[in-house]
Amino acid sequence: MMTKDTQAAIQFSHVTFKSGEQEILHDITGWFPRNRITTLVGPSGAGKTTLFRLCNGLISPTSGDIYIDDRKIESYDPVQLRRKVGIALQSATMVSGTVRYNLALPMELQGKELSDERAKELITVVGLDESFLERKAKDLSGGQRQKLSIARTLVNQPEILLLDEITSSLDRVSQQEIEELIVRINEKYGTTIMWITHNLRQALSIGDYTWVMMDGELVETGESSLLKNPQNPRVQTFVKGETE
Amino acid sequence: MNFVLLALSLIFVIIPLVLSKTLNLGLEKDSVIATIRSIIQLLAVGYILQFVFDAENYFYIFLMIALMIGAAVQNARKKGVSIKGITWKLVVTFVFIEVLTQGILLGLNITPATAQYIIPISGMVIGNSMVLSILFLNRFTSELDSREDETELILSLGGTPKQAIHRPLIASIQASTIPTIESQKTIGLVQLPGMMSGQIIAGADPLQAVMFQLLIIFLLLTTAVVTSVILGFLSYPTLFNERMQLVLPGKK
Ligand SMILES: Nc1ncnc2c1ncn2[C@@H]1O[C@H](COP(=O)(O)OP(=O)(O)OP(=O)(O)O)[C@@H](O)[C@H]1O
Ligand SMILES: [Mg+2]
Repeated sequence: MMTKDTQAAIQFSHVTFKSGEQEILHDITGWFPRNRITTLVGPSGAGKTTLFRLCNGLISPTSGDIYIDDRKIESYDPVQLRRKVGIALQSATMVSGTVRYNLALPMELQGKELSDERAKELITVVGLDESFLERKAKDLSGGQRQKLSIARTLVNQPEILLLDEITSSLDRVSQQEIEELIVRINEKYGTTIMWITHNLRQALSIGDYTWVMMDGELVETGESSLLKNPQNPRVQTFVKGETE
Repeated sequence: MNFVLLALSLIFVIIPLVLSKTLNLGLEKDSVIATIRSIIQLLAVGYILQFVFDAENYFYIFLMIALMIGAAVQNARKKGVSIKGITWKLVVTFVFIEVLTQGILLGLNITPATAQYIIPISGMVIGNSMVLSILFLNRFTSELDSREDETELILSLGGTPKQAIHRPLIASIQASTIPTIESQKTIGLVQLPGMMSGQIIAGADPLQAVMFQLLIIFLLLTTAVVTSVILGFLSYPTLFNERMQLVLPGKK
């Protein structure tokens, strides 16, 4: 992971995040390589989502520094940062209105329109039929919402893409479609991708690199293959539990 | 009407007391307190009004309006304590609505500039503004809570705080003003408005009473909408920090 030709898209230096008295992230130091796919694994409550929210600027660290493309995160205008570092939220939240409206939301926020062609292209690329565009977004199933959420995040054409358990409600076939899509985006545009998943098979097959987080700490990091043979005993237990 | 007749009208308080006692409704204590408070408060207001009317001094009018605003702020702020600086936001709202309505009424000579007009109309405007503020703050707090995900979604996509708060804000403004608008649609059909009834009983020409009532209705419409809009636009910026992050009240 520390090879000279890879640069950091995002770098953490002693990042701590507290909510009130509770410390949710503890002294995180590590980085996400540019133009690569890095997966984030770890048990529920480890702080993975919190880490993503820091990268997208929805929250700020209590202490420590985050660098995006070697610039301190605070030096970015929040709006520009959030367009550059796109996030597909774990909840795949939709606003009331049609699928088309939800898809066009990132454009609408800039006072622009999403062309019909682009809407159709995006909706089909995530594996939904064009006919979905006029449906009510709140009526979609959990899996369909996840697909729409990915498509919507792509509208801003982010340089860095944060995907928070975007395939958790999908069947195996849809999962594979999304995996292929993300790999394609990474190859075609060089987008840096960070992917939170509970699925270790996914982490091994998709990710170039991986972060293992537990109890608010980064416990192990390196090439994805480390998941096959982890050094840390806690990670061994976790991997064993997940693959059984 | 005199005090003897007023005393006789206490029969209307005794009836519910007797009923409550025999049927164990448990309303005695509150009924008695309500009766005594309304007697004391209204008589006090009556004497104060009498004094202010006789004094014909704008200072007293000003003082009374200031007192009304103070009481209204005190009442409404309990509902919005979690919003930073809610006290002065309410003060601004009530002062603005009072200046706006009286400015138009007096400026265009719609009502005469005497205590007899200024004080009751101000009372109705500020009182309604207070109720509206409470409705609005209640609704806004619960909308923020239930739409936290949506608000954050819009921020995460690169929306501004104003864009992120747009829907909860509009929904709260609508929800708090709808009751005023709805009640005005049926006014006079079922129930005569209290002020109009009072005037008619006191011997005023019904048409005159109706015209005044209409004036009040128009005023209250302005009050309702302007109150929630001002309060909304004053409140929402405090929900975000300078990094455009949502800092919901009650949460750290
Ligand atoms: N805003 C907040 N206020 C208080 N506690 C929070 C907040 N957000 C997260 N937490 C807590 O921080 C911890 C980490 O949460 P986080 O959502 O980052 O975990 P996660 O690794 O994404 O878990 P999961 O796999 O279940 O999604 C949890 O214990 C959670 O309850
Ligand atoms: Mg999570």
